[in-house]
Amino acid sequence: MINFLFAAIKAGTPLLFGTTGEIITEKTGNLNLGVEGMMFLGAFAGFFIGHHTGSVVLALLASFILGALGALIYAFLTVTLKANQTVSGLALTIFGAGFANFFGQIMIAAAEDGVPKLPETFMNRLAEKPIPVLGSIPYIGKLFFSHNILVYVGIIVALICWFYMKKTRAGLTMRSVGENPGAADAAGINVTLVKYMNILLGGGICGMGGAYISLVNGGGVWNNNCVNGQGWIAVALVIFANWSPAKALLGSLVFGAFSVLQFYAPKDIIAIPNAFYVMLPYLITAIVLVFSSIKKSKEHSQPAGCSINYFREER
Amino acid sequence: MKHFKKIAALLLSAMMLLTVAGCSTTGTTGAGTANADFKVGVIHIGDPADGSGYSYAHDLGIVAMQEELKLADSQVIRKINVDDSDAAATRTAIEECIEEGCTLIYGTSWGYMDTMEQMAAEYPDVMFSHGTGYKSNGTNFNNYFGRIYQARYLSGIAAGLKTTSNKIGYVAAMDVTNSEVTGGINAFAMGVESVNPNAKVYVKVTNSWFSPDLEKQAAEALLDLGCDVIAQHCDTTAPQLAAQARGAFGVGYNSDMTKDAPQAHLTAPVWNWGVYYTMTAKAVMEGTWDAANYFGGMDDGLVDISPLSDNCAPGTAEAIEAARAKIMDGSFKVFEGELYDNAGNKVCEAGQVISDADITGAMNWYYRNVIAE
Repeated sequence: MINFLFAAIKAGTPLLFGTTGEIITEKTGNLNLGVEGMMFLGAFAGFFIGHHTGSVVLALLASFILGALGALIYAFLTVTLKANQTVSGLALTIFGAGFANFFGQIMIAAAEDGVPKLPETFMNRLAEKPIPVLGSIPYIGKLFFSHNILVYVGIIVALICWFYMKKTRAGLTMRSVGENPGAADAAGINVTLVKYMNILLGGGICGMGGAYISLVNGGGVWNNNCVNGQGWIAVALVIFANWSPAKALLGSLVFGAFSVLQFYAPKDIIAIPNAFYVMLPYLITAIVLVFSSIKKSKEHSQPAGCSINYFREER
Repeated sequence: MKHFKKIAALLLSAMMLLTVAGCSTTGTTGAGTANADFKVGVIHIGDPADGSGYSYAHDLGIVAMQEELKLADSQVIRKINVDDSDAAATRTAIEECIEEGCTLIYGTSWGYMDTMEQMAAEYPDVMFSHGTGYKSNGTNFNNYFGRIYQARYLSGIAAGLKTTSNKIGYVAAMDVTNSEVTGGINAFAMGVESVNPNAKVYVKVTNSWFSPDLEKQAAEALLDLGCDVIAQHCDTTAPQLAAQARGAFGVGYNSDMTKDAPQAHLTAPVWNWGVYYTMTAKAVMEGTWDAANYFGGMDDGLVDISPLSDNCAPGTAEAIEAARAKIMDGSFKVFEGELYDNAGNKVCEAGQVISDADITGAMNWYYRNVIAE
């Protein structure tokens, strides 16, 4: 059971990054379906820099920057050129996957034996090890204090984003732009700037989720197509989390648990086909959607201005 | 401002086009071979440039054939990432090959079979050879596959000698209903049992041929169960890397994964497709190909295990050599009775041998030391 929850937390972490990033983006009024693409960009950047410099910090930074650059393309298309958000996001997904695989291929061709690897010291820094004292508490120590460092980074990022959105002035500004850009504009807020900043921030966080996949899940070896649909799960998770980074913490744990459940569920007790487990997260998302649409809470729903481009002239 | 946006959009699209154009690669060496007109088309489900895995293994065979027969690069036409569940895409890829003058087409994945069969009737002058299936028309369309289970049996010996917990994990892409996977698991489990009757093989299924994350998670779940050797029948190196990260060991598949996980990997069952590709391409060139189905084994050199790594337990090489010799001279058949499944049913009578067609097409039970929970 402890092993199962431990594996669930690990499986949920890349989703947590992606979800947090997408919540920020959507709360500022832009539905960016390019999470998968930005994760691919971040996955490649993190691995490439880690491969060449051996620095975890630089690798994370690079994944943030490339993820944000991907988001910049999207922001330019949707905020400045007012292009359709759905189409732009899909384009970003395809672009990001192609970009990562193309340069990944070059990296494979250039590497010794055709296997691009992260340095051993790098992998040691990302290894799962118990935190002194806390890690030796029975059960709880293993469950919460024995993870690789990026798991904690993910949790801290989600908490900071929650604080930023709910407790700061800048967060309020951002949410107002997402709900009603016209009113925000009238109140003297620079809508374009706020949108750009938050889309870039969200994209960067998504990129870090990609880095988790390529650095930790990859086991130190580059895999083309490594993100493999997790960006899309993150998009579904945004709905599950009711657009709140704090709930995203719980949501990513639940989705992570579903993805590893098939490996830990005792089959002789519950004989369910594997395909059922694969379906579960989406089924739960659909149920959550039903309930949240019945509840109709303004606070915990998609921002009113989401996926609608803001034309000042049409106010 | 309006013009600026148009220009910006134009520039952006121009940039993307340039990027795409920059992606095409060329690598043609001079022709000047005896059969300069002969062209071979290869349909890959993945991209061989990935450096390991299924398409890579097939392409190594193509390259070996090309070198053996001294074909120029322009005489081999590859179509990569052709979805084998998309008949239209398959047809387009094959038609492109034919238009470029290919007279022999290899399709490397199961799903191309029916399309290739239809096209073989439409293009009687083109030879079609399809991997991992079973159909043939006797004139210009056949199937090829092999007894990879022989190699899996040998790799099971390496795993059985290595384990100390007597728990061996097996990350399987598909569940018991897929007989190609299941037959492989059984052969592996028999190899394990032959040297270590106490060891059990634990199976976890990912339901996906390619998924680094699921394969890693499945491997970790097996490690959590106490397994100390992880074998696999799936496309990525993730299970081997997961084993390495925990100080455990592993048996890979398709390519020698020692280069990916040097501290964990023992050996891997591998295909040497070059044996078949060289044989058929030569026959087609000389006009002697009979389009009979091909099912090769270790004696043809079509399947083998990769060189044993230093991680193997002492005595592994000797035990494997002994078993290999018996397989080669035909005195030992892997699936020879009596055999029992893991529910206690007798599935093969003493003295009987399960046919290759049943092993790859109708095997839906696990051997007695396999636990799939």
